[in-house]
Amino acid sequence: MTAALLTLADSRLPAGGHTHSGGVEQAIAAGLLTDPASLAAFLRRRLTTSGAVAAGLAAAACRAVDTADVVAALAALDAEADARTPSPALRAASRQQGRGLVRVGGRAWPHPAWAALPRHPHHPLALGVAAAAGGLTARDAAAAAAYLSVSGPATAAQRLLAMDPITVAAVTARLSPEVDAVAATAADELPAAADPLLDLLAEVHAVRSDRFFAS
Amino acid sequence: MPPDHVLDDYVDPYAPGHRHGGPLRVGLGGPVGSGKTALAAALCRTLGTEYDLAVVTNDIYTTEDADFLRRNAVLSDDRIEAVQTGCCPHTAIRDDITANLDAVELLESRHPGLELVLVESGGDNLTASFSYGLVDVQVFVVDVAGGDKVPRKGGPGVTASDLLVVNKTDLAPLVGADLGVMRRDADAVRGGKPTLLVSLREDPTAAPVAEWVREQVRARALQGA
Repeated sequence: MTAALLTLADSRLPAGGHTHSGGVEQAIAAGLLTDPASLAAFLRRRLTTSGAVAAGLAAAACRAVDTADVVAALAALDAEADARTPSPALRAASRQQGRGLVRVGGRAWPHPAWAALPRHPHHPLALGVAAAAGGLTARDAAAAAAYLSVSGPATAAQRLLAMDPITVAAVTARLSPEVDAVAATAADELPAAADPLLDLLAEVHAVRSDRFFAS
Repeated sequence: MPPDHVLDDYVDPYAPGHRHGGPLRVGLGGPVGSGKTALAAALCRTLGTEYDLAVVTNDIYTTEDADFLRRNAVLSDDRIEAVQTGCCPHTAIRDDITANLDAVELLESRHPGLELVLVESGGDNLTASFSYGLVDVQVFVVDVAGGDKVPRKGGPGVTASDLLVVNKTDLAPLVGADLGVMRRDADAVRGGKPTLLVSLREDPTAAPVAEWVREQVRARALQGA
């Protein structure tokens, strides 16, 4: 663990994460998320599905940077990400965040691997390359992806429901052991956990005109 | 290992005067209801025939301002991009400008000859300001109905914006606001930077603001030459 990992997972890193709620905005609209208990349940569900998938992809992308044909390896992982993301809205949200991370990561940690990514890569791929470029490990990349899968949505809920920020911080902090466990498991494989609820929430959300968040 | 620190890496390519090529990006900020969208529409009407122009809006509700612009500004849909700001309009124009940069780049790729992009912030308070990573110059819009003390209260928008616009001068007699006081207070805190008192209701072309924008476009063209 180095300070580079803290930078990568910092919500203040200007990569566009603050405009995405990870399904929280629509979960609130649907009445599924109303209080700290339902927030914790939502985050846990998200962590073990899309969070695990993102962590696996991020770790794999980090390792791909050291392979002979980086372009081909990252392109293959981009296709793996598409295959694990059936919702077009979630694919677009992931690629939008990937593009944002490339913009800041490329300046923060210059590395030839940035040029090997597709122009709008899935977010976990950009995370993996950022980790490699920042001197971090595949396990670190998985940790960043797993953590970000809950930290951003938690603050989105805090803003939308005007929840007590101290309670929300506690909810996120108490998930730490589970975040670590997901990252540790996912770092060595490419999980394919799916959650149709998150897919449906994203699709309904994308066609709303009265939304505060991009996803 | 991470690369060594090379000082040249830290020269901000987006600092004012450092970004070469591309359209002039003008930020329009200011409190809720001061007339940002009305000004954007006026500038589109007045300058839309002179420049290849597009608009990014950061309205609270995604399409509110974009719809207003479509109705009032004779701007085609493909020249208006609305971004979501995650409940934080200020963050989206200053602290994490990613969504707005994406929108500007999308407009630039769609219209390669683009000369002018207006980036309209969501309504915020007097501390709101644009990052110069996002815009080249910024206009802060306040209005007379907010009280003639606003320029005296200061804040980055009032003191540091490249142009301060005091809108709704037609309402001054109705709300007991002294335009002379607003002018004097603004001049006192703005260190020589311009302030324009306008009424977008009486002058829907925003003629003096449009002329200021033309000067900025010309200055940028000279800079790039």
